[in-house]
Amino acid sequence: MSGLLRRSYPLAPQRKLILIRLGPVSRLKILALLPLAVALSGCNYVVLAPAGDIAAQQRDLVIISTVLMLLIVVPVMALTVLFAWRYRQSNSSARYEPDWDHSTKLELVIWSAPLLIIVCLGALTWMGTHLLDPYRTLGRVHADRAIDQSKAPLEVDVVALDWKWLFIYPDYGIATVNDLAAPVDRPINFRITASSVMNSFYIPALAGQIYAMPGMETKLHAVVNHTGTYKGFSANYSGAGFSGMHFNFQGLDDNGFDAWVAQAKSAGGSLGRSEYLQLEKPSENEPVRRYGTVDTDLYRLILNMCVETGKMCQSEMMAIDAKGGLGHEGLNNTLPLSYDKYARRGTALGPEPSFVAGTCTPDAPQGAATAASIKAPLDTAPLVGAGLRRPTFAPLKSSSFFLGQRPKSDS
Amino acid sequence: MSPDLLKLIFGRLGIDSLPLHEPILVGTFVMVALGGTALLAGLTYFRLWGYLWREWFTTVDHKRIGIMYMILGIVMLLRGFADALMMRAQQALAFNGSEGFLPAHHYDQVFTAHGVIMIFFVAMPLVTGLMNYVVPLQIGARDVSFPFLNNFSFWMTVGGAVLVMLSLFIGEFARTGWLAYPPLSNIGYSPDVGVDYYIWALQVAGVGTTLSGINLICTIVKLRCPGMTMMRMPVFTWTSLCTNILIVASFPVLTVVLALLSLDRYVGTNFFTNDFGGSPMMYVNLIWIWGHPEVYILVLPAFGIFSEVTSTFSGKRLFGYTSMVYATVVITILSYLVWLHHFFTMGSGASVNSFFGITTMIISIPTGAKMFNWLFTMYRGRIRYELPMLWTIAFMLTFVLGGMTGVLLAVPPADFVLHNSLFLIAHFHNVIIGGVVFGAFAGINYWFPKAFGFRLDPFWGKLSFWFWVTGFYMAFMPLYVLGLMGVTRRLRVFDDPSLQIWFVIAAIGAGLVALGIGCMLMQFAVSFLKREQLKDVTGDPWDARTLEWATSSPPPDYNFAFTPVVHDNDAWWDMKKRGYQRPLIGFKSIHMPSSTGTGIILAGFATAMGFGLIWYIWWLSAASFIAMLAVGIGHTFNYHRDFDIPADDVIRTEDARTKLLAGAK
Repeated sequence: MSGLLRRSYPLAPQRKLILIRLGPVSRLKILALLPLAVALSGCNYVVLAPAGDIAAQQRDLVIISTVLMLLIVVPVMALTVLFAWRYRQSNSSARYEPDWDHSTKLELVIWSAPLLIIVCLGALTWMGTHLLDPYRTLGRVHADRAIDQSKAPLEVDVVALDWKWLFIYPDYGIATVNDLAAPVDRPINFRITASSVMNSFYIPALAGQIYAMPGMETKLHAVVNHTGTYKGFSANYSGAGFSGMHFNFQGLDDNGFDAWVAQAKSAGGSLGRSEYLQLEKPSENEPVRRYGTVDTDLYRLILNMCVETGKMCQSEMMAIDAKGGLGHEGLNNTLPLSYDKYARRGTALGPEPSFVAGTCTPDAPQGAATAASIKAPLDTAPLVGAGLRRPTFAPLKSSSFFLGQRPKSDS
Repeated sequence: MSPDLLKLIFGRLGIDSLPLHEPILVGTFVMVALGGTALLAGLTYFRLWGYLWREWFTTVDHKRIGIMYMILGIVMLLRGFADALMMRAQQALAFNGSEGFLPAHHYDQVFTAHGVIMIFFVAMPLVTGLMNYVVPLQIGARDVSFPFLNNFSFWMTVGGAVLVMLSLFIGEFARTGWLAYPPLSNIGYSPDVGVDYYIWALQVAGVGTTLSGINLICTIVKLRCPGMTMMRMPVFTWTSLCTNILIVASFPVLTVVLALLSLDRYVGTNFFTNDFGGSPMMYVNLIWIWGHPEVYILVLPAFGIFSEVTSTFSGKRLFGYTSMVYATVVITILSYLVWLHHFFTMGSGASVNSFFGITTMIISIPTGAKMFNWLFTMYRGRIRYELPMLWTIAFMLTFVLGGMTGVLLAVPPADFVLHNSLFLIAHFHNVIIGGVVFGAFAGINYWFPKAFGFRLDPFWGKLSFWFWVTGFYMAFMPLYVLGLMGVTRRLRVFDDPSLQIWFVIAAIGAGLVALGIGCMLMQFAVSFLKREQLKDVTGDPWDARTLEWATSSPPPDYNFAFTPVVHDNDAWWDMKKRGYQRPLIGFKSIHMPSSTGTGIILAGFATAMGFGLIWYIWWLSAASFIAMLAVGIGHTFNYHRDFDIPADDVIRTEDARTKLLAGAK
């Protein structure tokens, strides 16, 4: 085992530091886990020894709940073993009462003991859930440090792509792929969405996870307390490239963070709508990329699934619907879809796929020329795992399938 | 032939749909083909087809259907476990730049198939099989309420299993995880047949499960023998009643949510798509509104089995029968109020999350009460450590751990750090293996002598027990540890070498479980060979307490020559105590349902329809559907649905038992 461990493991030195910095109460709790910790020293229990205040509070809750439950679990297990041994058939000295099957006092105990534990745990849950709600802005950066009001929180927009992470820093005008950094003790406000399927944004050292879902936005408020490099990844299976969908999260001091931003700025590339459409195509095990400038509107367009010019944004659609919608006329505002992401194929029996055309956007003032601007990618074959041969069947098109032609929509 | 004509005949099925490029699958196929051919040849050689068709495939006898469910469960366990071994091996190997031996395309199917098979085609058949076999006997009934429906339900379950197995060699299975969340499972991101196999396998099997649920509810409510009031029902019957209520109330949700998904996939609706107003979150809610009750569907009958076993082998009345019953009912109701705890991390507000977290914790109160009831049943008992009791002790020690980690995961902030991690995987295997699987094995060892007239061999049984229990702990305790290291589920390759040792330990644990399964199969074989030594002629080998032990082993077709009359809980114990005399005269002819092949034929057409829909072979689906209607309507004209066992036959059967019993004394 030690041979394995000696190989470079980037997070190992961090662990000791973190253990020392725990408060006295936490140290007691760690004591409870000491036998385990000794047996397994050398491994990184990031969930039990995180580097961010939110994750630390979540860790505390894990430990307190466990201890609370052990209050009843340990006696039950001990009694099981005791009774199993004591009342074995060969032990004729033990009392045998074949008809004893009720005791009101015992019944009261066996229902109320778990009830009491659950009352405590329930109260803890109610408070903990509200205090550690990922949508709640932080009230402190550390158990003994308040928020420095002179610094604004760091805004980061997170997009889960197939299969890499895009981070946009709107305040700095930069974006990165698979590389995230934040200054120590400065609150971070994440806004999170996805381009195609569900993922879960999780940096165990920083804070608990939250799903990244297409067309939807989730939020996470967190802070990192110690400098270092931590792992982040997707915690929800999202397809063939899922295993490679991880990144490093760096906790940096202020100077280090400025340098990191400057590095991204100097990288020079620019992330606009067309670059994004290239980027969002599925790819696996992506290296780090940095963009010195980024389209300020890009995150909103991604969230509303209208990065392609000519598509109506969901926010606009919802605004129209909120005013009563367009009625049947709305049906005329659809256009045939040549592609959406990488695999939006028509269904076997359904209509040809379509999309809602933007009625009026800055890029297409009259909604004109929309269809022409959406180009199908060259390769629309089904996607399989890395290094695999693609199956050769082509999906059925309903129009050709019935040997006759179906009437096309006249829109 | 023109491509259009080929498409019309074969849909999207082509020669390249066969996974000829996957050596593992080709090897498996060769093995299965050889084994299958040998089996079919053997059946033909020994002229067993007629026997199988008449006595088993077309039977409406709940006992034989129960046994067939168990066989289905055990066969599918081998398949599901093979998937588990492949996953464990892949995760133990894929370190230091190695890709392991499974490409993503294959690995992702393996973990999906493992989950689907273990839940739907292993745990469900084992639980349903035990309920089918035992419940009518425990309530003193001749059969279930709707014997033909029972046969049909079984074959529909088989139909679903057949579709899942076909996906191994024709096309592929879903690569979505066992609950197939959209958008990943929608046509845009899973255009291949995998998800369609998933949908139609579950739809076909789901019909069977729902109907079997209705059947057993009717049976328990309407067919109890005189004197058996609700509060005198054995606890296993109570848990079966609650389980079937859960089935009837939750499986339709699964049926609907899969129907909506198939509409999305086949006709281009937008229930769960990203745009056009679709809501993938709706799918997640609906599938868990079925999915959470499902875990109680599985575990409640196991609780019932442990109650019967503890009481029997402690030689003692069950402690706190009433509170046991109420605990079961409370769990049944609460299981509908907790589904959201499966996705605390999807952005619900704090109040919603705490509500569902706390309702989840509340379930641990009745569950804890049950645990104490078993404990105090053992207290001041005389515990005999036969195999069923060993499994029960293992369950009690294992399940409290799984329950504890479950309550921990019900605390939303704790779930934020542990959701989808290997900690979660360890938790639910801890409760499903420690609860359902151990319960099924306790039940198999307990009721086997009832079903076959001889006990299971204890040596191989104990070997299997110890391999299973140690294997389980070795396989899953490392996953708890890995979860605390922040390792998430369904990963195919790893880049942190310090994790490897834990995966290696887990893989060794899985190997031990494999030995446990091997010993279990040996146990069946050895017991069959030694059936004369292990024979039980009394019908009551364990000195047990409930009615199923009042009749012979195996029970006659009609279960009881005279319907028993019940005066107390533990009816058979009460009868024995009061010096019950078996009636020896006065037998009458007995009215029984007739066998019919309609169930298997209907299920065969339903499976063909599913296959057609999966591959877009529309003519096959349409033809199968019409055939189903025709056979179904045709069956309504079948007037030979029942027969009478002549009094002479009953007398002969009962006299034979009288002689056996006399010989035993």
